[in-house]
Amino acid sequence: MTEKRGPKYAVGIDLGTTHSAVASIDLSASGGDDVALSCLPLPQVVAPGEVEARTLLPSFLYLPLATELPEGSLTLPWSGHPSDFVIGEAARSLGVKSALRLISSAKSWLCQPAVDRRAPLLPLNAAPDVKQLSPLAVTVEYLKHLRNAWDHAHPQAKLALQALSIGVPASFDPAARELTAEAARLAGLEHAVLIEEPQAALYSWLGSSAKSWREQVRVGDMILVVDVGGGTSDFSLINVREREGELELERIAVGEHILLGGDNMDLALAYFLKGKLEAEGRTVDNAQLSVLTQVARGAKERLLNNPDEAHAPVVLPGRGSKLVGGALKTQLERADLERVLLDGFFPIVDASARPAARARGALTQLGLPYAQDAAITRHLAAFLGRQAGALGDAQQSFARPTAVLFNGGVFKSRLLRERVCGVIDAWLKQAGAPAVRVLEGAELDAAVARGAAYYGWVRTGNGIRIRGGTAMAYYVGIESAMPAVPGLPPPLSALCIAPFGLEEGTSADMPDTAFGLVVGEPVRFHFFGSTTRREDRAGSVLEQWSESELTALQDIEVTLEAEQQRPGDVVNVQLQAAVSEVGTLQLSAVSKANGARWRVELDTRDAAG
Amino acid sequence: MHTHDPGFLTRFWLAFVVFFRVLFDATFAGRTLALRAGAPEAEVEPEEVPEPGAEGVQEPEAKPLPAQPEPAKLHAAQPEAALQLLGLLQREGRLLDFLQEDMSGYTDAQVGAAARVVHDQCKRTLDAHLKFERIRAEEEGSRVSVPKGFAAGEIRLIGNVAGEPPFTGELTHAGWRVAHIELPKLSDGHDVRVIAPAEVEL
Repeated sequence: MTEKRGPKYAVGIDLGTTHSAVASIDLSASGGDDVALSCLPLPQVVAPGEVEARTLLPSFLYLPLATELPEGSLTLPWSGHPSDFVIGEAARSLGVKSALRLISSAKSWLCQPAVDRRAPLLPLNAAPDVKQLSPLAVTVEYLKHLRNAWDHAHPQAKLALQALSIGVPASFDPAARELTAEAARLAGLEHAVLIEEPQAALYSWLGSSAKSWREQVRVGDMILVVDVGGGTSDFSLINVREREGELELERIAVGEHILLGGDNMDLALAYFLKGKLEAEGRTVDNAQLSVLTQVARGAKERLLNNPDEAHAPVVLPGRGSKLVGGALKTQLERADLERVLLDGFFPIVDASARPAARARGALTQLGLPYAQDAAITRHLAAFLGRQAGALGDAQQSFARPTAVLFNGGVFKSRLLRERVCGVIDAWLKQAGAPAVRVLEGAELDAAVARGAAYYGWVRTGNGIRIRGGTAMAYYVGIESAMPAVPGLPPPLSALCIAPFGLEEGTSADMPDTAFGLVVGEPVRFHFFGSTTRREDRAGSVLEQWSESELTALQDIEVTLEAEQQRPGDVVNVQLQAAVSEVGTLQLSAVSKANGARWRVELDTRDAAG
Repeated sequence: MHTHDPGFLTRFWLAFVVFFRVLFDATFAGRTLALRAGAPEAEVEPEEVPEPGAEGVQEPEAKPLPAQPEPAKLHAAQPEAALQLLGLLQREGRLLDFLQEDMSGYTDAQVGAAARVVHDQCKRTLDAHLKFERIRAEEEGSRVSVPKGFAAGEIRLIGNVAGEPPFTGELTHAGWRVAHIELPKLSDGHDVRVIAPAEVEL
């Protein structure tokens, strides 16, 4: 930054699938283990005409009909003029009753390569008059709302001048990270850096446990972060090492993207209760289903927090003004809760269990690819199994964590924490390893925002930094020059262009392999990532690999603009990878002859898409 | 306006009204303090009750301090905050629907089931906007002492009320006080008299 004054605050933004939050650290008031951290109250329209500041901003955007709401009823403290959409609590509650105008889960769309994320396609099944927005544009609007809320509260210290970090799922691919960074730029927050959410959760724990964290972890620990948010589940492994007498943390592995979270659990309970009511001859319509989801969440919390109660009453109030007369009544039995929640989402499985396979890439309909297997423990088993060699011991059949950090509201329930620990401990016991310790004192509310703020503080040279770099090695596919075998695609080899663990602000070596590209014509490369191949260097060529090693990512594309060259000329280029200070992967094509550079686009889509 | 001692319902209403006025009107709160401290009772000046939501209702301006204690006056409460709170309790907890429904045809179990929802949601809503505290920290039923010069607005003496403080007696109700209140801000032109809009499904 070239500002005369440095930032006054380190600010963290949690841009969640279902909720967003902002936390900050006053840099001038923090030092050593004393960190002055606070959450920013976020003013939002909570009902037409009413504005209230809350810690969480529901990540929903509602596009009302022109005449739907009284004039001026969407006014915010910082907006002098009427707005044509509303974000936050009012958006959520209005959308419950008219879903055709509601945008939700924009974050899940942002990491969905099957669609053009710059195209106005949300809400998906919009009413005809609705002016749809792109997943990118929605993300920009959320960030603008958060920026306005900050600037309104800190007119002397605008957000654009603070040290800003934005959380992204560790499993976000390079294109989704780049889109998030682009959204920040479009919202006027050019300098924002990205932080993986499970790392942010660990930073939050480091910040809130002050000095005691050094007593809770020891050298050789492998910390498993289990982060189950509203819409996504994310795993990371973080290793505790010693270097020059100091503890050092290194994020050594991240899981794959799982579109499955706490909201799915509440919805599953609601559908279960709906079925129960319908079996009794009652009808539950869609508007009531969302009320039922809230009621089910309440009943769930009651049973989870009171282990002695065998059932919780469930009352669905009547829709009209007849509250008692129209009410539907049933109850949630503990056995059903355990069946739906524990056995549905956290079943007891073997370490060798794997999620039900999902069809690869063949999206037959436009929609979010929700995880086909809802069992988070099976996804966890697959993650640990894939990372068996993460610490270099290839003899193990799965990576063995020694400590667990939970994040996400669902883990407020002791029952769920115990279930996850119990499952992991059973795996460890079978492998003859000791049980995991739970890292105590984790804040489950707004932990990502807090941790992101803490990361900003760490970046100014305080506290302990989690090292990591890229959680994948990256490869481009090269079609072999071998004679084609009829009926078979030409054999593909993979050229590594970025090694695992490439750190922010560094570039990978340039592989020797050069490509002859035609000037003026877009050229596509197959693009792959591997979360397990840690030894490959830039330039390594893989002739074969197992299916589980390399994941096909979205194709990348480059067009050599005709600046020095004439269209149609062939230029020999090498591909070079770098990770920006922001934390995004940047690929360039570099001319072998004169060093000219062209940017390789990560976010591409099929012509048909 | 009542010039005689008001009945219970009127006092109940007045308590509500005064509660909000004290919270939002510092001048009025000052006068209330003076009144409670025993300022001589003044003649009650009738004051027009404004229509809810009527615009241009002026606060009585603070006059220069007279040598005599200022005569206590009655005033009309601003209904805005009361209506807004009622709207909140309806929106989140269906309180008005519940109170307005004819209960006579329902069984206790039906009423109880609905009351659970109303109670749960209304409590959440109140807790989100108001911070309550007990006036006395002691257990109800325990012996407590009431010192000389006690705040008569906070402690109500009941039963055999005679003599001079300090008193000793049984705490029958620990009291409630609002330590903090924060209601949503309203946009200009927002009609707080609409507690719940009518819904028409298309």
